[in-house]
Amino acid sequence: MPAALVFLAAALLVGVLVGPVHLGTVNIVRATFAHVFGLHSPLSGPDDAILWQLRLPRVILAALVGGTLAAAGASYQGVFRNPLADPYLLGAAAGAGLGATLVVAYAPSSGLTGDLLPVAAFVGAASAVVLAYVLGRSAGAAAGPAALVLAGVTITSFLTALQTFVQQQHVDTVQEVYSWLLGRLATSGWRDVGIVLPYAGVAWIVIIAHRRLLDVLAVGDEEAASLGVNVARVRLLVVVAATIATAAAVAVSGLIGFVGIIVPHTIRLVVGGSYRLLLPLSVIVGAGFLVLADVIARTVMSPAELPIGVVTAFFGAPFFAVLLRTSRRTA
Amino acid sequence: MTALALDGVSVRLGGAQVVDRLSCVVEHGEWIALIGPNGAGKTTALRAIAGLVDFEGRISVLEHDARALARNQLARRIALVPQVPLIPGHITVRGYVLLGRTPHLGYFGTERRADQHAVDAALEQLDLVPFAQRRLDTLSGGERQRATLARAIAQDAPVLLLDEPTAALDMGRQQQVLEIVDRLRTERGLTVVSTMHDLTLAGQYAERLLLLDGGRLVAAGNADEVLTRALITEHYGAEVEVVDSPGSGFVVVPVRRTQ
Repeated sequence: MPAALVFLAAALLVGVLVGPVHLGTVNIVRATFAHVFGLHSPLSGPDDAILWQLRLPRVILAALVGGTLAAAGASYQGVFRNPLADPYLLGAAAGAGLGATLVVAYAPSSGLTGDLLPVAAFVGAASAVVLAYVLGRSAGAAAGPAALVLAGVTITSFLTALQTFVQQQHVDTVQEVYSWLLGRLATSGWRDVGIVLPYAGVAWIVIIAHRRLLDVLAVGDEEAASLGVNVARVRLLVVVAATIATAAAVAVSGLIGFVGIIVPHTIRLVVGGSYRLLLPLSVIVGAGFLVLADVIARTVMSPAELPIGVVTAFFGAPFFAVLLRTSRRTA
Repeated sequence: MTALALDGVSVRLGGAQVVDRLSCVVEHGEWIALIGPNGAGKTTALRAIAGLVDFEGRISVLEHDARALARNQLARRIALVPQVPLIPGHITVRGYVLLGRTPHLGYFGTERRADQHAVDAALEQLDLVPFAQRRLDTLSGGERQRATLARAIAQDAPVLLLDEPTAALDMGRQQQVLEIVDRLRTERGLTVVSTMHDLTLAGQYAERLLLLDGGRLVAAGNADEVLTRALITEHYGAEVEVVDSPGSGFVVVPVRRTQ
C-alpha cells in the first residue's frame, strides 16, 4: 500500500513535469499548494497557466479515469467471478460509442469539444448497462452471473450494429468518431475533472466499502447466500457504482481499453487475490498507470499526440497474452 | 429444545415436485441422516432448511419461523456445507475460514478480535493450523473438506447441515471427517443434519435415519428400523443383504443378481 502511494505520487509528479516548457519540481509543488490554499504562485504568469490550466487538470483527469477504470474492472471481475471481465463488459463501451456517433452525425456543430458529446456518451453507456441488467435478470436470478454477461454481449452487438449503421449513413463522420473511440485526454480542462470527480469519488467509496463482501462472493452465489449475504443486492450496488463511474470516465476520455484488466491482474500477481487489498490498490495503481500512459501518449510523437487508448492497448495486449498463458498453465 | 421442525414442507423446482409435504422434528444435539436414492430430494430439503430455495409449508429453526428471520439471522443459526463447495483458489485457508464470520458482521463491517479468535479455534479443531497460510487450491480433497467444515464451525451456528460430507473421500478420510463431526457435535452441542449415500456409515453415525423417496418421507427411525432389506430393495431398487455385525452396526452389502 505505501509502495502504491509512492508510485502514484511519482506518476503525478512526472505527469506535471514532462512537457515542452520546463517548470521545475519545487516550483510545481509550491505553485500547486499556492493554488489550493489561495496563496501567491511562485511561477510566472504563462508558466503558472501551463501548470494550472493545462498540465494539472490533465494529470488529475488521467488519475481519476485510470483509478475508476481499474477499480471498475476489479469489481466486475469480482461480482461476475470472471477474471476477464472489464468495465465495458455489460455494454458501456458500445452504448457510449453509439451516443457519441449520434452526436457527431446529427449535431456536427457541437463536435468533439462540445458539451453534448459527453452527455450523449454518458447516457448511452448507462442505458446500455441498464438494458443488459434488465435482460440478464429476465433469465431469472438462478441463471446467475453468466446470464448477465451474455446479456452484455447481446446488447454490445446490437448497439455496435446500430452505431455501424449510423456511421455508414454519415461516412464523413468516421474519422471524428474513430478518434473519440481511441480515447483522448487532450482537450481536457478543469471542466472535465468536475464532470468525473463526483461520480468517481462516490464509486470508489461504494466499491471499496464492498471489498470484504466481494471476497465472500468468491465462494459462489449460493454459498454466499448461506453465509447471510444478499448476493443480488451486493452485485447490483457494485455494478451500478462501477458502471456510472465508467460511463462518466468514458464521457470525458473516450474508450481506454485494458486498464480495467491489466491493472487488477498485475496487483493480483503481486499481493494475491483478496479484494480487501485489490480494490483500494486498483484505484491507486490505476490512477498512476494512466497518468504515465498519458505522458507516453503526449511525448513519443511530440508535438503530435498518440491516442491514449493506443498506448494502453500497446502495452496491455502483450501483457494480456502472457497472462492468458500463465493462467492456463496454473488452472 | 427443538432445533428444527418441518411442517408440510414442499419444494417445486422447474415444475417438478422435488420435496413433497415433508414433516419432521429434530431435537437439539441430534444427528439426523437423510438417506434415499438419487433424486429423492435430500439435497433440496437441506437447501430449503438453509433458506436457499422457496418452499411451501413451515420451517422453524430453534423455535423461530425461518421465513421471519433475515438472511444473516438465519445464517447465524444454520451453517451449510455443500457437497461440492466452490473453492476460490486465490484465498488462503485462513481467509476462507474467516468468511464464516460473515453473518456476524454488519454490511460494511470488518472482523474484530473475537472473530479472529473464532477462526483460530475452528482451525485448531480441524487440525488446519499448519495449513492456515496455504492457498486453498493447493490442498487435497480431504483437506479442502476440512477447510469447508472449519468455515462452517467458525460460523458458530448451532445447526450444521452437511450435504454428502464424505462423497469425494476415500474410506479413511470418510471415517476421519465423520469422527470430527461427531466430536464437534458433542464438544459444541451442535445439531447435525446430513445427507448420506453410504448407508452403513449413516447407520453408524446418525441417531436417526429419514428415508426419502420421490420427495416423500417413507421411513424414519434408528438404523435397525430403516436399514432393512425390504425398505432398501423397494426404494433403491437394489439387491442387498443387511448384516447386523457386532462392532460395526448394520452393514448394508450389495448382492449380485446374476452369478
